[in-house]
Amino acid sequence: MMTLLNRKKRRVDELAESAGTSLAADALRRMARSPVAIIGAVIVLLFAALSVVAPFIAPKDPYRRYPELVDGLRADFIPGPMPGFLLGSDELGRDFFSRLLVGAQQSLFVGVGATLIGLVLGMLIGGAAGAFGGWVDSWLMRFTDIMLSIPSLLLAISIAALASRGSQTTVIIAVAVTTVPIFARLLRGAMLAQRHSDHVLAATALGVKRRTIVFRHMLPNSLGPVIVQATLTLATAIIEAASLSFLGLGDPDPDRAEWGLMLGNSQRWIDVRPELAFYPAIAIIIVALGFTLLGESLREALDPKNRR
Amino acid sequence: MAMLEVRDLRVVFQRRGSEPFSAVDGVSFDVDPGQTVGLVGESGCGKSVTSLAIMGLLPSRGNKVTGSVKFEGTDLLKLSNREMRDRRGRDLGMVFQDPLSSLNPVIPIGLQVTEVLERHRNMPRKQAMVEAAELLDKVGIPDPQRRLTEYPHQLSGGMRQRALIAIALACRPRLLIADEPTTALDVTIQAQILALLKELVRDTGTALIMITHDLGVVAGLCDEVNVLYGGRVVEEAERHPLFAEPRHPYTHGLLASIPRLDAPRGEKLTPIKGSVSDNIPWDHACAFAPRCPNALPVCREVTPALERADLRALRCHNPVLPGTPAAQEVPA
Repeated sequence: MMTLLNRKKRRVDELAESAGTSLAADALRRMARSPVAIIGAVIVLLFAALSVVAPFIAPKDPYRRYPELVDGLRADFIPGPMPGFLLGSDELGRDFFSRLLVGAQQSLFVGVGATLIGLVLGMLIGGAAGAFGGWVDSWLMRFTDIMLSIPSLLLAISIAALASRGSQTTVIIAVAVTTVPIFARLLRGAMLAQRHSDHVLAATALGVKRRTIVFRHMLPNSLGPVIVQATLTLATAIIEAASLSFLGLGDPDPDRAEWGLMLGNSQRWIDVRPELAFYPAIAIIIVALGFTLLGESLREALDPKNRR
Repeated sequence: MAMLEVRDLRVVFQRRGSEPFSAVDGVSFDVDPGQTVGLVGESGCGKSVTSLAIMGLLPSRGNKVTGSVKFEGTDLLKLSNREMRDRRGRDLGMVFQDPLSSLNPVIPIGLQVTEVLERHRNMPRKQAMVEAAELLDKVGIPDPQRRLTEYPHQLSGGMRQRALIAIALACRPRLLIADEPTTALDVTIQAQILALLKELVRDTGTALIMITHDLGVVAGLCDEVNVLYGGRVVEEAERHPLFAEPRHPYTHGLLASIPRLDAPRGEKLTPIKGSVSDNIPWDHACAFAPRCPNALPVCREVTPALERADLRALRCHNPVLPGTPAAQEVPA
């Protein structure tokens, strides 16, 4: 009985608190109360901070082959941790720890780059389909259907393989293309739902121009799921970019410190030093997890069903 | 010539794979400046579709609108989309049923009021904001300056409906259509909103089409009443004769099913039997016949015509005689 009363009281408090807030502020407030959101946000923020400061805090030069490490290299041996080299050597005698730190920058760059490109293209396609409807919608959606019918990794591999020589740009483009249909579908669906909403009908009844209806009434109300998807896509983009590098479709430059590439190169030494595969894999997983947690809690916070 | 002349308006919904369905089946009525005309009926009788057809807001596909809607001599049904867009909000305003969902949740109230001023009166944003505050003040929203910066979910239901009325009247339309404007509000707010509408109509000389299922609203507001059943007008009269002496059994039934404060204790309400069926057959019958206590054999064979007599139009073979008390419920 007591708890019921308390719950009711809390509801009232929440209601009082929510008065005088916009939708975004409301969502943020709800996220600040969710442990999942906080864990996700902390991981993402740490990762972002790390990727900025990595070159400055790396204890060793990530691109230099240190003689004391190179000397220890054998056909069946890679030197392990030693003073000054926290995680030991990689297969070419470079400091593995420093390379792991710098790799954060690469992953973030590729992940954010691919997601942004995919987001912009997807929103253009989905927005046009949702705004015009009719045959424009039909054609654009058949196009995205075709793209969706190919498994995303396979599509990314095919696109990356088209380039004569792999590079970071081809990886970004390949991953970006696979995310386009997802964003397009999502925005189009949300816009179509808005098109038949009462407030769009009300705006139409006021003679508001179509352009204004699309940009002021339909689009802003459709962005919620797209923002959530963008956060989730960051996670998959990082994984996919790593997969492409792992498969040798990324930048072949041996200098580049990239988690997927490091994972791929460690394969040959898995029976000698399995940690070398383990560390970049864990790094990828943690970052992907961070973005996923953040995205999921964002989805929950923006869900109107949770609004009280 | 009346300001708005609706003649033989028909809206037929055509869905692939199913029979065409006449939602509005030859509705005609006039509205004069400053006059309030009610369209009354149960859910599904075609009142909302009539209003959407007048505003040109029915989806462009899947339906056929025929007849004519002459507004100040121009047939609105013949206008292009662009011409119609210029008139909506400027000459014709509309207030919808649900004030929360009719406002855009992500932009402040102020922008939603200025939008229509910028669109039709070419006001710069700043001047429009001043005008918007005046409009909100006029519809009885206290502290309008602050309200302009607030979002719809921060306003109460009554306040939202006031804001919507302010938006609809921003460009001083000569015709306002209110589609069940009080249905989503509680009774006290309902009374306030109706009083507000009445006052605005009186002050501005705006013609008002009031769409409602609530005869109380009609009694308080309307000069002329059209009772709709199955997409057709079954009775049309001025408010007083209609309420004092309903002649159509449907109107009679509607009035009999309203609870009254002055009824003797223990008297039961008299509902109308049955409910509106999905496809109401007016061909070779009266659509109301299956529910009608006065039904004669002829009602199931001949479609009644709308006949005008003594300031009243009536579509019935066997009207209720003047002075008949509320029909008793017939046990099923």
